[in-house]
Amino acid sequence: MSPVRQDVESRVNLLSRFTRRPGRTAAEATALVVAAVVAFPLYWMVLSAFKPAGEIRSAEPRPWTLAPTLDSFRRVFAQEDFGRYFLNSVVVAVAVVIASAFIAFLAATAVTRFRFRLRTTLLIMFLVAQMVPVEALTIPLFFVMRDLGQLNTLWSLILPHIAFSLPFAIWMLRGFVKGVPEALEEAAYMDGASRTRFLWQILFPLVLPGLVATSVFSFISAWNDFLFAKSFIISDISQSTLPMALLVFYKPDDPDWGGVMAASTVMTIPVLVFFVLVQRRLVSGLGGAVKD
Amino acid sequence: MTVPTGTGVLERRRASVRGGFSRPRGGSRTSGTAPRPRRGRSRTPWLYLAPALVVLGGLLAYPIYQLGLISVFHYTQAQVSGGEPTTFEGFGNYSRLFSDGQFWEVLLATVVFAAACVVSTLAVGCALAVLLTRVRAVPRLALMLAALGAWATPAITGSTVWLFLFDADFGPVNRVLGLGDHAWTYGRFSAFFLVLLEVVWCSFPFVMVTVYAGIRAVPAEVLEAAALDGASQWRIWRSVLAPMLRPILVVVTIQSVIWDFKVFTQIYVMTGGGGIAGQNLVLNVYAYQKAFASSQYSLGAAIGVVMLLILLAVTLVYLRLLRRQGEEL
Repeated sequence: MSPVRQDVESRVNLLSRFTRRPGRTAAEATALVVAAVVAFPLYWMVLSAFKPAGEIRSAEPRPWTLAPTLDSFRRVFAQEDFGRYFLNSVVVAVAVVIASAFIAFLAATAVTRFRFRLRTTLLIMFLVAQMVPVEALTIPLFFVMRDLGQLNTLWSLILPHIAFSLPFAIWMLRGFVKGVPEALEEAAYMDGASRTRFLWQILFPLVLPGLVATSVFSFISAWNDFLFAKSFIISDISQSTLPMALLVFYKPDDPDWGGVMAASTVMTIPVLVFFVLVQRRLVSGLGGAVKD
Repeated sequence: MTVPTGTGVLERRRASVRGGFSRPRGGSRTSGTAPRPRRGRSRTPWLYLAPALVVLGGLLAYPIYQLGLISVFHYTQAQVSGGEPTTFEGFGNYSRLFSDGQFWEVLLATVVFAAACVVSTLAVGCALAVLLTRVRAVPRLALMLAALGAWATPAITGSTVWLFLFDADFGPVNRVLGLGDHAWTYGRFSAFFLVLLEVVWCSFPFVMVTVYAGIRAVPAEVLEAAALDGASQWRIWRSVLAPMLRPILVVVTIQSVIWDFKVFTQIYVMTGGGGIAGQNLVLNVYAYQKAFASSQYSLGAAIGVVMLLILLAVTLVYLRLLRRQGEEL
């Protein structure tokens, strides 16, 4: 074994000694307990969605069920236009994710790879724009949508969500674009690549993990929204989205918990799938953003 | 061809850093011998920015301007439907708002509630991030997946699920704690506490994942060197990790402040639009109720403007912190 190798190995040992602490078992037990507590609401949601009505309205709720049933789901799907709502939600979320990713990518490239007047001012404005309370703008946005003739259309949901997710996306993508070495850019031009080609064939794939991380945020904000759907889709119910379908079951005085939990499950699953798909990239993406 | 005459490699690199793409745009009008594609260069970033600026201008800046405008006019249902002309009120709406005791109460509740949420979220998130670095793969994966699940849960479904968990008649929490049919949403503080639990549940994962990623980004050699120098665990955290994580902690804190100050869905759903007699109102819900429930659009807009100004102040603090850290924007 070479001395260098030995040296490396002793360093590795040292490092593992650093990470292996006396309280590791306790730490691992804590981690598992916390994980169980954090996951419990979701477990209860799915469980209640499958419970028969009698067990849900029981004073002695049990953390399991012996007679799982699809009744609650049936009630949810039997709702008129439920499939339509689901589809609308998907269309809105996907449109927002794609549009804001592309627009934010271009903008982030502009503010990191170029020096121009007003650059810093713009950056500060993007930051300030993140602070804007979306809900407060419901009032003027209602009038804007009315004037554009877009009330009761999906555009009235897509457009504002693109606008609201852009500032954060640009701010976050900055770090990723910055992380691509200048030398790469020069090399690309040396090899005769055009600016457009560099942008889409070299920079874009390199920044993709960052785009995934930011798209999580725009997806969530679009998927979760119920205020815009409630305020802008006023007469044409066929243009409504999932949260509206959920609230049908939720009457403050006497909620149909089974229906609410089933609808919640249906609404949560696509986001969970999306998260699991991008999970690795999300963690490395956030790491990239903060390493900057 | 684009290299300025008589510059070394170093300067060439710097020039490209400053100018971004070092290649002049084909067809730009700078056809002189001097390789200074200023025109093309200065136009390209704006070209890239154009879509973002159009969208933000039309759907963010313009509505903000309109929000300010509505707040200084008399604007109710009659004006919206076009039945009556709008009348200029100046700061009338604001003085009405500021002389209303409820506004100050709601403002105080908003600040205290947001502060409590931010502190709890950060404490839980950071503690769990550190915990993640000390466990092996399986518990780490379990905690990570659970956190991602909470993170992924839409605010509206999270709200209904937590409400169900704490339901007086059918919820498991009261059974486990032996609270009988204690109704969490009746009392002002217990209702706020319930909402706080939900907010922390769905927002700590962002803090945890980000801080964890930050800790992992700290080079192992640094920790190794500290350990070789005989630093204790606590000392390593305090003197090595914490300072290195400071930029991340600032980002995470500010982001939490912004999010928690604007909490809407949770309050709206869990307390039924602001609680009994509006005891659980926060500014955001208050503005919405004023505008849409009682059609006092200008009053709602004025509340929106106040929120905007408060968050603007937070932003300025953030920018000063960034500056002090010497970070270049």
